[in-house]
This record gives sequence, C-alpha cells and structure tokens, in this order.
Amino acid sequence: MLVSLFITCYNDALFPQTGKAVVSVLERLGHQVEFRPEQTCCGQMHWNTGYLREAIPIIRHFVSVYRDAETVVIPSSSCVSMMRDHYVKAAEMDGDTRLVAEIQELLPRIYEFSEFLVRKLGVEDVGAAYPHKVTYHASCHSMRSLHLGDIPIRLLKQVRGLDLQPIQNMQECCGFGGTFSIKNPDVSSAMLADKVRNVLNTGAEVCTAVDNSCLMHLYGSLHRQRTFVRTAHLAEILASGYAESGTEGVGA
Amino acid sequence: MSEVQTHATEWNRHDFPTAARELLQNSQTRKNVQHATNVIQAKRNKVVAELPDWEDLRESGAQVRAHALRHLDYYLTQFEENCTRAGGRVHWASDAAEANRVILGLIKQHGAREVIKIKTMTSEEVGLNAHLEANGVRPIETDLAELIIQLGKDRPSHFVAPALHVNRQQVRAMFQREMNLPDLGDRPEDLATAARTYLREKFLRVKVAVSGGNFLIADTGGICITESEGNGRMCLTLPDVLIAIVGIEKVIPSFRDLEIFLQTLPRSATGERMNPYNSTWTGVHPGDGPKEFHVVLLDNGRSPILADKEARQTLQCIRCAACLNVCPVYHQTGGHAYESVYAGPIGAILTPQLHSMEEGRSLPYASSLCGACYQVCPVKINIPEVLIHLRGKIVREDQATLAGQFSLWNIGMQAAAFLFHDSDRLAMAERLGQIGQKPLVSKNGFIEWLPLMLSGWTQTRDLKAMPPQSFRDWWAKEKAPNAEKRRREERVANA
Repeated sequence: MLVSLFITCYNDALFPQTGKAVVSVLERLGHQVEFRPEQTCCGQMHWNTGYLREAIPIIRHFVSVYRDAETVVIPSSSCVSMMRDHYVKAAEMDGDTRLVAEIQELLPRIYEFSEFLVRKLGVEDVGAAYPHKVTYHASCHSMRSLHLGDIPIRLLKQVRGLDLQPIQNMQECCGFGGTFSIKNPDVSSAMLADKVRNVLNTGAEVCTAVDNSCLMHLYGSLHRQRTFVRTAHLAEILASGYAESGTEGVGA
Repeated sequence: MSEVQTHATEWNRHDFPTAARELLQNSQTRKNVQHATNVIQAKRNKVVAELPDWEDLRESGAQVRAHALRHLDYYLTQFEENCTRAGGRVHWASDAAEANRVILGLIKQHGAREVIKIKTMTSEEVGLNAHLEANGVRPIETDLAELIIQLGKDRPSHFVAPALHVNRQQVRAMFQREMNLPDLGDRPEDLATAARTYLREKFLRVKVAVSGGNFLIADTGGICITESEGNGRMCLTLPDVLIAIVGIEKVIPSFRDLEIFLQTLPRSATGERMNPYNSTWTGVHPGDGPKEFHVVLLDNGRSPILADKEARQTLQCIRCAACLNVCPVYHQTGGHAYESVYAGPIGAILTPQLHSMEEGRSLPYASSLCGACYQVCPVKINIPEVLIHLRGKIVREDQATLAGQFSLWNIGMQAAAFLFHDSDRLAMAERLGQIGQKPLVSKNGFIEWLPLMLSGWTQTRDLKAMPPQSFRDWWAKEKAPNAEKRRREERVANA
C-alpha cells in the first residue's frame, strides 16, 4: 500500500524522530511511504482557539495536498480528530460545498497511526522489542474522539520485553489543551501535577502515548522536576528492536 | 443568631485565570472538591453501567429536549393553557428584574415577611434572595446545602450540590456559630438533626414557598421537582402559596417524557437510580396542598441563545452537573472560579451567553476541550463544540477593535496562519526557529524560560529545544533521493 505520511506541524519541527519511526514501522510491514513536502498543518490550533476564519485556508491547503492520496497516516490523534470532528463543519461555515464534498471523500482514507496498524492492516505484532517499564497515557482525543479503545495497549502488549504498567485515572486530561496551557497556565499546571503524580506512581521509566502534544506537556514537568521518566511516542517504541538488521529509519 | 440573613454579595468580576489562580491557593477547598466529585463520579459510573440502554436514553433525551426547544413557543403556550386550566397562574418575566418584581409582589400581596425556599438555581441566577431581603422579606433556604451556603454567607459552587466545596467540620463550625449549638458533633446525623430541628419549625410556620422546577410539563401544565431531602415535598405541600420560578427552556412536551429524564437525571446528578423524592403537581386542589400556585417563566437571556443555531443545544441542559463532576478543570478550581451560579463546562457555555457575551468572556477558554463533559452529558450537549463556537465569536468581536487587532494573540495567530498557508514559509520558519531559539536554550538543551504570554508554560514546565533538523529536511536529504531512484528503476522496468 502507498501510505502518505502527514507528519503534522509540531512533529515536523519538534519530534522528527516520531516521523522516522512511523516510516520505519510501515516500511517494515512492507508498505511504501511517501511524504508530500507541500504539507503544513491541520488547522487545529487556530480552530480550537477560536480563529475559525483563519483555519479555513489551512484546511483547504491540507485537502488540496491529500485529495488524491491513497491512504493518509498521521501520528497524532488530536490532528485526526480535528479533521473528523470539525473539517466538514468548517467547510460548511465557509459555504464551500465543493470543499465539503472533497473532505467527505477524503476522510475515510485518513488514519491515526495505531488505528491504521490495527484497524486497517489488522496487525498487532510489528516485531518490536523494547525492554523497559512503560506506562500508557490515553490522550483525550484518542479516547473520546477516535474511540481507539485498547488499540495502543494491544500493540504495546506484543512488544518483546516491554513491561506495561497501568496508570490511575487514565481517562483524565493531562491539562495541555493546546493554547489552554498558555491561556490558563495555573489550572493547566495543576492538572499536569495530578497526571505526573499518576505517571510516577506506576514506576515506569517511559510514558508513551499516540500524541506528542500530551507527551511534550508531560515531559515538560517530568524534566523540570528532574525525574527519571522519559517520554516516547508509541511509534518510537514500535520501531525499536530492529537494530540487529541495521536498517532502522532507512528505506526498505 | 441574627434574624435577617445577609445574602452573599455580588460575584466578583475577575477573569477565569485570575479567579482560578487565587482559588488554587486554597488546598482545603481543592481537597473537598476533589473528594466530593470523585465520590459522585464513582456512584454515577456504577449506576449508569447498570443500564444496557444508556446510550439510547441519552439519544432520546437529546431529541426530546431539542424538539421542545425548536417548538418552544408552542409548548410554553400549551403549558400556560393547561396550567391555568388546572388553577395555576402563569407569569412571564423577560429578565431578572421583572422576575424579582413579580415574586416580591406576590409575597407582599399575602402580607408575608418570610418565605421558605426549595433549592432553585434560577432564583440564584436572578439574585432573588438579595432582592427580597432589600424589601423586608426574609428568604429561608430549606435545602441543606443551600442552608449551609446561606448561613455561611457563601456562594453556591455546584448547582446540584451547592456546598460541595465545604466539608463536614466546616459545616459543624458554622452550625455551632449560627444556630447557637456549641456542643454539636460532626457526625452526619448530628448535622442533619440540627438542620431538621432548625427547619421543621419554619416549614410549619411560613405560609409562602418559592421553588424552581426541573421540568415544565406542557401536556398537563404540571411541574416536576426531583430532590433528595424531602424539604421540597414539605415546601410543596405545607404552605398556602407556592411560587415556582423556572427558565423557559425547561419545558418538555409530555408527561411521558419523564420516563427518560427520571432515569437519566438522578443517575447523572447524584448517582442514584431514582431520586428519593419526585414530585409532580398540577394547579390547585381544594383541601390538598397550596391554595395558590404561581409559575414565573423566566427568559433572562435565553431567547437569543435559541436564535443561535450552533449554540442552542446549550438550552437542552437538565442541570444534572455530571459535566462538573467529570471536568478536570472543575476538579482543580471548584465552582467559584467561574463566578457564576452555573459553573463547570455547562457554565462556561451558558454564563457568557446569558449575558450576551458581555460577561464571562474568559469562560469559553476555561477548558482543555478534553471532551469528558460531552461523553457524560445525558442530553448529549456537545459542549466542546459550543465552546469553540463561542471562542470564534469572541475572536471575531475582539478583532473588530483596534486593541484586539494589535493584541499579541491576534498577531501571533495571523503570523502562524501565514506560515501554514505555504510549506516553504513553514520550512523557513522552522530553520529560523532552530537558530533563533539559541539564546533561550539552557546548557541542558532545554528552554526553561519563555517571554510574554508564553511565560505561563515555563512556570512549571521545561521545553526541549527544537532539534537541528526537521522531519521534512531529513526526508529531503535521506529519503527523497531513494524514492527518486526507485521511481527511475520502476520506469526502466516498465519500459
């Protein structure tokens, strides 16, 4: 299958290793990955902050880049939820019926990364090995918008050597919320403190998720406190353990 | 004990982040709020899980409420006709002042100097108690939590459990002081007995009662109230005159619709399968209950909400407060940070709209959009969607002013939008960022301080510096040449 990777703006700039990991896993599974360099952003930050009019050209740009893609895979549940929950509405608000139709046509071909593996490809064991104690943070959008359920957990359970530790209050938000963490820094920090306490209580060395946005937030506090816990996107864990073949991150 | 209770002063007018910052300093309140919401949440989850048709009940509830709102004029008129036919009197109040005037007038007509009250947030919304006190009428709250709020000269922080932010020891101290009971214990039964003794005499003596209403039933002209303590039943049966103040949105088409809501409301609100007291009453009946029954139908900013296609679902709310109990923001701050009778996620959308977006403008931003509120809402109000819609309104209104146009937020957002229109611009900005961040990056490779509006982030969090190579640059360098080679090989093979 030809998979078009939408890396997302913040992964592009801040978490390139996640993109490399996605490429590595998909190529391992025998798929061809393409990257369309015209891509930018999904428009979520503008939309969710109330800059609705400003989000529309960004949405239009995304659709124009991926209109003819066979499959689009995105390592961020919140960007996928932006598309599924808001794109049609945004296009309708703009009165652009052609854009509405294009979005409706494109949406079924868009997948969040773990969702693509399990729901589309039917793969749970990607052959990864990761000998660490790990806890999984279920991001709000992955749970309540994409309804990923236990998909990421099922993938993690197949990873060799991985010791998965359950976390208390998994369903509660980490307090990031995009610009919420800037507009309400104190409340966001209080929410983060609760989440970090739950992460630390698991005893895990690594906290993973399908969204680097939450992980950036969590790691912000984990590092500020100089804890030993680090964060890693699910894709990075699933890309681990290939070292013996010496082809990690390189085209298959 | 003072004879006349002074009601709490008006709400302050801070924005949410400022009010929240102050409240976050109060560890006792935070502990009380977290404990109470966790207990209610756990009970709610248990009794909701018992119903195999919970999702169908939510859907039915949403549809009935949406239908009633779409035909509000019809159902309210029908309610008025049926209520009047049964011997009730309906008054229409377009705003808080009119509602207060009508209610005070009715009380004065009967020469009453005191009224007993069932918990009614609508009366809190219009500031009824303060208005009555200013005019020589003493309102006596009979709901235990509202009594605690009244005696403590406090404000409700939760519209189902108004005193949720107060714990047992605090209640005891207040009762000891206000009821003159120095030896009062702090067991629940001690406190309940004190309240019961205090209230029982009032139930028997006071001749006028004020209530709210959970539902206006259009096809019978009746009102339904659900409650846990029985104080409502007392107020509905003992006094001579009963005055109910109810928001116009509370109407449901038919008595049969209660089948849905009497299942979803108690489970969502208090985690009970059924409320201990469910009262419905219609008009007046000789020798049974009040001799006069008045309903004050309150608009007070509701009609404009109905006119907003995106936001009208706000009015579907049946005030269960499940969204407060599940909200991670509410867990931290409690209800007072919202500076409104209506706190939590529903308050964040309802309050500013009730004030034509002139007050509570920071409230639509008081959410991380985590979606937990929508998930539990028994009438499926998509609160995150409405929050975003209201944010959109606020941004548009701000952009219409010079100050708004030149605000850092607007400039930043316009700049970001400019970058996201074109990948070359974005790639260039990424490269500039990699270089430009250098003065901010500490020796450990982290950004520990950011200026201006970003400073809130680095109060409690570090930010890893941007890596020297973006993904797109890596792809262009490492992957794109391979892909080009493969395409060439394919062309050769196909030739």
